[in-house]
Amino acid sequence: MTPRTIALGVIAAVAAAQVASAAVDHKITQQNKEFSTKEMAIAAGDSITFMNSDEITHNVYSVTKGLEFELRTQPPGKSDTIKFDKAGTLTVECAIHPKMKLKVTVK
Amino acid sequence: MNRIIVRATAAALVAAGGLALPATSTLRADDTRNIAVARSTQGPERSLAELVNKYQRPTSVPFPADNPYSKEKDLLGRTLFFDPRLSGSDFISCGTCHNPAFSWGDGNPRATGHGMKVLGRRTPTILNLAWVDRMFWDGRAGSLEEQALGPIEAAGEMNLPLDQLIAKLDGIREYRPLFERAFPGQGITKDGIAKAIATYERTIVSGQAPFDRWVAGDDGAISESAQRGFVVFNGKAKCATCHEGWSFTDGSFHDIGVRGADIGRGAHLTRLPLMQHAFKTPTLRNVDRRAPYMHDGSEPTLEATIDFYDRGGDVRRPSVANDVRPLALTAGEKADLLAFLRTLTSEDAPVVIPSMPR
Repeated sequence: MTPRTIALGVIAAVAAAQVASAAVDHKITQQNKEFSTKEMAIAAGDSITFMNSDEITHNVYSVTKGLEFELRTQPPGKSDTIKFDKAGTLTVECAIHPKMKLKVTVK
Repeated sequence: MNRIIVRATAAALVAAGGLALPATSTLRADDTRNIAVARSTQGPERSLAELVNKYQRPTSVPFPADNPYSKEKDLLGRTLFFDPRLSGSDFISCGTCHNPAFSWGDGNPRATGHGMKVLGRRTPTILNLAWVDRMFWDGRAGSLEEQALGPIEAAGEMNLPLDQLIAKLDGIREYRPLFERAFPGQGITKDGIAKAIATYERTIVSGQAPFDRWVAGDDGAISESAQRGFVVFNGKAKCATCHEGWSFTDGSFHDIGVRGADIGRGAHLTRLPLMQHAFKTPTLRNVDRRAPYMHDGSEPTLEATIDFYDRGGDVRRPSVANDVRPLALTAGEKADLLAFLRTLTSEDAPVVIPSMPR
């Protein structure tokens, strides 16, 4: 192979790798005191954007030890994004409305 | 009077082995009287029929997959629940404070624990908890199973360390067959005790009240004052924001502006501003049987509680919920609300307390 061919091959391989590992932002809405889904699987490095589409305030946080996080209080219309770098399974709840539960598996 | 009747058949048992509750549902078309009442509601317009339909009773009790219902667990749980030997003093059972005769509370502003010491919070009712996620006023337990052993081992409450509890029960000969039938081959374990008590507790459900007969289509079941009160409850007073649905609670946590140093859920969720001074929303079923009110019994009557909400609570602080603000209720609206709340009381059959194992 000529050096040019090799160089092109390397560029193509790097580009492919970048496309494969592009982080995804998943959208979850909160409405009628419910998350839009009860369970989801995402890749480490992905993020979730929690949107409050309800008429009441919500306060999303993780119950799981070692994988804690909490979003700021969300009045109606607010959106917040959180990135998940660590693998594991966590239970996300609304602190105000514990009926609202979401299981997130980070692979 | 026009009425649309839809009969929903009740399922006998859910797949998880739930208990069936009888229910017929009726959608009611507005008659002229109800149209007048509905139009007096402040806020977004909605048909009375749609609103009433949100209050349909469930047809069965939910049980979790990892602790399904069985008659044997129910009986063991009921026995343990009323057994005062589950305390260090041999004097306090779960039922001592969660007394069926006081709508599963104890009628006092604050609970009494080991050594007759008065504790910090009022005994909450345990009615309708099968539909609630978090237990205790501050939500620190995530299930009935997680809650059940807490008061037993707490030094200030029943004051019996769990290893001593197991040894004690093991020494009462007639407990062994009860445990064997409920948990074959497992003996007496903390897990079994918690699961049995939780199973029994899930069966503690408030029965049919005059309000339910009205929801089902019996127009005379509650007074016109109470019907107006229902509209105020869902409209101007915004009670239904938290006291939602057939059990009149969504199990949510809010600071409603009760004075005092107790920060409730804030002690466990220290970084969340809205959880400071937040306590669990209780059910309003049979509420007129459970004076006094609030987590510390600080409101002596339902009238005082309505006044509390009407003035927007007693404390202004950043954690107080948005919907807790002065309501400007008229005297008539307050009287109607009170009449409505009283229609939530059911005439339940007396509770059977089993003979204690010896």
